Amino acid sequence: MTDELKNPNIPVPAELEGTVTITTLDKLYNWSRRSSIFPMIFGLACCAIEMICAASSRFDLARFGMEVFRATPRQSDLMIVSGTVTKKMVPQIVRLYNQMPEPKYVMAMGACASGGGPFKEGYNVVSGIDKFIPVDVYVPGCPPTPQALIFGLIKLQEKIDQQSIKSVPWYNSDAIEAIPIPILGPDLIDPRQGSQIAREMAVATEAEA
Amino acid sequence: MAAPATPNTETEVLSLEEKFAGIASPDTREGYEGYIIAADKAEEVVKYIRDDLGYDYLSSVTGVDYLEDDHMEVVYHAFKTEGGPALNFKIQTDRENPRVPSITHLYPAAEFQEREAYDMYGILFDGHPDLRRILMWDDFEGWPMRKDWKEAYYEAETKPFKNRWPGGDVYRIEANNPFNKNVVYPEGFNLNGYNPLGDKTLYDMLNQYDRGGSNLKTDQIVVNIGPQHPSTHGVFRMVVRLDGENVNALKPVFGYLHRNHEKIGERNTWLMNMPYTDRLDYLTSMCNNHAYALTVEKMMGLEVPERADYIRVLMNELTRIASHLWATGFLLNDLGAFQTPMLYLIKNRELILDFFEATSGTRMMCNYSRFGGVAYDLPDTLRDENTMDWLHEMIHERLPRGLEELERFLSNNEIVRTRAIGLSPVTAQEAIALGMSGPMLRAAGVPYDVRRAEPYGIYDRFDFDIPVGTTGDVYDRYLVRVNEIRESIKILKQCLRDMPAKGDIMSVKPGYTHKVPAGEAYGRGENPKGELGFYCVSKGKGHPYRYHIRAPSFINLTGLEKLCVGTKIADVVVVLGSIDIVLGEVDR
Ligand code: SF4
Repeated sequence: MTDELKNPNIPVPAELEGTVTITTLDKLYNWSRRSSIFPMIFGLACCAIEMICAASSRFDLARFGMEVFRATPRQSDLMIVSGTVTKKMVPQIVRLYNQMPEPKYVMAMGACASGGGPFKEGYNVVSGIDKFIPVDVYVPGCPPTPQALIFGLIKLQEKIDQQSIKSVPWYNSDAIEAIPIPILGPDLIDPRQGSQIAREMAVATEAEA
Repeated sequence: MAAPATPNTETEVLSLEEKFAGIASPDTREGYEGYIIAADKAEEVVKYIRDDLGYDYLSSVTGVDYLEDDHMEVVYHAFKTEGGPALNFKIQTDRENPRVPSITHLYPAAEFQEREAYDMYGILFDGHPDLRRILMWDDFEGWPMRKDWKEAYYEAETKPFKNRWPGGDVYRIEANNPFNKNVVYPEGFNLNGYNPLGDKTLYDMLNQYDRGGSNLKTDQIVVNIGPQHPSTHGVFRMVVRLDGENVNALKPVFGYLHRNHEKIGERNTWLMNMPYTDRLDYLTSMCNNHAYALTVEKMMGLEVPERADYIRVLMNELTRIASHLWATGFLLNDLGAFQTPMLYLIKNRELILDFFEATSGTRMMCNYSRFGGVAYDLPDTLRDENTMDWLHEMIHERLPRGLEELERFLSNNEIVRTRAIGLSPVTAQEAIALGMSGPMLRAAGVPYDVRRAEPYGIYDRFDFDIPVGTTGDVYDRYLVRVNEIRESIKILKQCLRDMPAKGDIMSVKPGYTHKVPAGEAYGRGENPKGELGFYCVSKGKGHPYRYHIRAPSFINLTGLEKLCVGTKIADVVVVLGSIDIVLGEVDR
């Protein structure tokens, strides 16, 4: 363990080698975060089956410190969006995302979560979860094999390694705003686009007149 | 074993057109079959079909929009539980004011399917007890499956879309939409002061139930389970009203995974739908492919070479085992044996998936059947072993050993038995009326299996039993699945023994486009979850005019309310687990 954290530029006296490590706070934070990512038990569609397989004995996510799937967003660090995001479901997904404590990460698993996948043109399908919440890692595939998912998780670890507590948003003094929950109206409404919807409607009525 | 309702055999039973001259007329359109029934007399005719003709099992109800002919149609397929082909009848209605009498009181199995037809086509079913949208939400605008309804990302009537051709004008469809999203709003829509209905109709419906029960004065509470819940097997939602711990009303809520299979399917070419069928019940893609291929083969009149037929059976039965292992593992999970049994059972499933991967190229989404055969022959080697040897070891040793282990640890397990025996029983009559199929129906004591009742492919060549239960409780459903694994192994052994070592796997030249003669067909296969049916209408073009899926886990849920009311809240997840649903298929 000490080896992983060690800063080679700062020498440690020989007699303390192996017991004492001198490192940066960033490194310590990142190391503990990347080694205990708790994903949320959150299956959406077919990709969720491969996610379960990745967690089961053959592929064994536990090797990377990720076996602790939590059923509640309050205890999770990672949301694996594993499947097709439908319009009917997206309010719930955004709500779950808002409920997760910082730091939180999102992985779009599979073609559907990344961009709509085979069902993109469907009237009830959101073409990619990144239209609503920020995504850290995209894993391609339909479904991605468990190996691909694990590769994506390793990429996430690499991303975490790059963080610095000086710049990450959740230690800023400004509060992080929750993402407004989409509304199920005559079609899916993104409240952030409210004024744009009004504008478009006005243009349409004008064109009519 | 309860006998299914038998038709009245004392007097000669008149056929429909004899009995109801002028009311039920044979469908004479080219390639069509069955009867067209006058809407105002439907009640009488349907009753006759059920009671006198003996078609006690209503399998599928769906709508079709004939835009050019300016009418809509509701198509019903009913079967006899003794076996045999379908009786197909239709009720026509106009497009402006579509109204059809509901037959839910005659066939409770129609309840959700009529709601779906209402949701998709706007057909009003008079007399339906709970006619609300089912897959979409209440505020949604439009009837999406109507032929003149266009989705936000609409590009063209049929595929392949121009921008998808290699070297073509490739663009992202988002660029065409001002919101950059897959949305479109009705004219004059104003978000200010907009007040959606939300779940109001749902809660209103729930509150209509008699609040009776105990005479203690207690508060009743409404609990939402799902759509994000570890035990709902996906994005399924149940709204439960509780009196103490007792469930006294329950409404399932669907549509959180409604991916518009049917709408997309009607734009696709016939073959393009094959990979989409994988994503219905994504644990059993091989069986889904087979059932769809059967339907289209029926319309095209294609034969399948013998070897391909054997390969299909091989794949189907391995899929059945894999699916039942998964279902059993998750049932145990729901019973509280968290993870351990599941991990053990998944082990053999992984090996089966290895075989699928070696043969078709992917683990889950196999896309393996073709019209007239299968896509690839079996590989020569698998994990550096001769495939046939590997299969032999799998079927003769590993799988039976796994089954024996499962039985030893679970079937007589005290906790499993105490928890599952007597929980939410159904009688044979109820199961038939509610349209249950697969292990659900057989657990209730009805020996109905499509492989026997209307054999497809080469299933008539195999010797196997149909396991049935007696009480239809959770334990019986579990036992039926376990015994079905045993029967599947039996079929597999015969299949491996008799499979021709060499031979064609396609009866026609493989191609991407198929011209399917005009007409309709209903094809079905016995999936691990139950009867998977496809109702397709062709207009003689390269794509289906209507593509409907009769999804077994969706229709098995028709009885969920009946199964759960009266149980404890903790048992609801167990009951749901015993139905074995897969959301891809429930919501399609
Ligand atoms: S990417 Fe493919 S496998 Fe994953 S949810 Fe979408 S359709 Fe299913």
